[in-house]
Amino acid sequence: MSVLTTTADAVSSAIDDGDTVYLAGFTHLIPFASGHEMIRAGLRDLHLVRATPDLVYDQLVAAGCASKVTFSWAGNPGVGSLQAFRRAVEDGVPNEIEIEEYSHYGLTARLAAGARALPFMPVRTYAGSDLPAHNDNIRRVEDPFGGGELHAVPPLTPDVAVVRAQRADENGNAHLWGISGEIADAAMAAETVVLSVEELVDESVIRSDPNRTTLTNRDVDYVVEEPYGSHPSYAQGYYDRDNDAYLEWAEASASHESVEAWLDEWVYGVDSRREYLERLGADRLLDLQPSTAYTTPANMGRYR
Amino acid sequence: MTDADYTATEAMVVAAARELDDGDSVLVGVGVPNLACNLAKRTHAPDLQMVYESGTIDSNPSKLPLSIGDPVLASGALRVVPMFDGFTTYLQAGRIDVGFLGGAQIDRHGNINSTVIGEYDDPVVRLPGSGGACDIASNAHRTIIITPHEERRLPAEVDFVTSPGYVGGREGRAELGLRGGPSAIITDKAVLRFDDDGVAYVETLHPDVSADEVRAATGWEVEISDESARTAPPTPDEVATIRDELDPQGVYTGTD
Repeated sequence: MSVLTTTADAVSSAIDDGDTVYLAGFTHLIPFASGHEMIRAGLRDLHLVRATPDLVYDQLVAAGCASKVTFSWAGNPGVGSLQAFRRAVEDGVPNEIEIEEYSHYGLTARLAAGARALPFMPVRTYAGSDLPAHNDNIRRVEDPFGGGELHAVPPLTPDVAVVRAQRADENGNAHLWGISGEIADAAMAAETVVLSVEELVDESVIRSDPNRTTLTNRDVDYVVEEPYGSHPSYAQGYYDRDNDAYLEWAEASASHESVEAWLDEWVYGVDSRREYLERLGADRLLDLQPSTAYTTPANMGRYR
Repeated sequence: MTDADYTATEAMVVAAARELDDGDSVLVGVGVPNLACNLAKRTHAPDLQMVYESGTIDSNPSKLPLSIGDPVLASGALRVVPMFDGFTTYLQAGRIDVGFLGGAQIDRHGNINSTVIGEYDDPVVRLPGSGGACDIASNAHRTIIITPHEERRLPAEVDFVTSPGYVGGREGRAELGLRGGPSAIITDKAVLRFDDDGVAYVETLHPDVSADEVRAATGWEVEISDESARTAPPTPDEVATIRDELDPQGVYTGTD
């Protein structure tokens, strides 16, 4: 059964030093609040996995939390490179990190295999690419039905997945809409799941629209209500991506000294997401509000 | 509007947009490809189906998306699927006509490097990596590559093959079981195609670009099939769409 708690408690209860952790969400619903709690908790030696490490892993790497990063696209989306990640890879600052690299298809296929308890997932990609030569987890397999050789990747079963959704009931039955990315497979593949949502709703809201349910309570261990928990990424219908923050990160992460100053101000210098939001200010949050566009309700019918 | 009323980058974006046919299903990459596809959809290809790696099918963005996972790609799309479904049931199953890709280095066989400059284990520059590029280059029915035309970006051989083009020529690619292959490299100086051996040559030079300029900016002895053959210049309508609607801040085109 799942426990309703705070982000700080969920992070400290679920994640230990040395764990393999997947913070899910492709551009959308990235668990920044949980990432910042991981930094404040002083976690070390983590194997961080994400298709797109994004700013959240750049910050965790800069804070010295990671010993390995597995990824498929390590950039600042629409802006440039992840400079803290590059400092760790190129110069070992603040510490050396190991990397393991896939394409998006390969990494999402690893989660798909993990979520479905398969020994591997065959994929039609990597032939002719240099990626397999640098990753022993990308191998060739023979089609037992005579279709020739193709590549395959092993299952990924993270110790912990941290995932977000727009709304859930307090047991962790979650509704998610917009880009769903790899969120469901990451949760279904992981040993322990932390679910963080923008708002808690009554179970009847979830049951009114079961096709929108992405996770159910049996697959969730910790439930957290954390409004704006994905800032500076976005939550469809709730707030837009704060592109200024992505641009500012390019400046803030230009050197290890400047990144430490940023962490002091925005992570170590606040005790919770609420304080982070107060520091951010109401104007900035209001500027991120989209106007309202509801979906047309679907008639599920009432049957007797 | 005179010929001088567009920038070299705008000429590249427009030439890239024209590679797309109305009705194509295109998997759109981040950055300039994003701009070219959105331009095509607003000009000659209104029935272009834009699919993004994030799993949005037939996106209809109200403004130019800042990344390939923007909320405007989901709002008003026909469908949103998990990434694994996008890569399998759409891309791998052959439902994507065109892949649109960029990269730090493109070589004469259309191989793309977006992983590393220098040695993989001792990089001079660590680049973002494949993202979906390797998967798109391997499974789309054709690939359009877009890049600024500079010698360092167009070496004879890439430092690292992230995404395969005509590896070992056209036959080599076919033997690997890869679908499609690059159909063009679109630069800010020229349009390049691939010959029977899978080697890129210049089909047309953009207006006001000389053959010598292109030779000097290409990392191999590139064949120019006809030095008088010119790319049709951007129309005022295409330039206006870029400047007024798609990139008013000049983020991608550098015009403000």
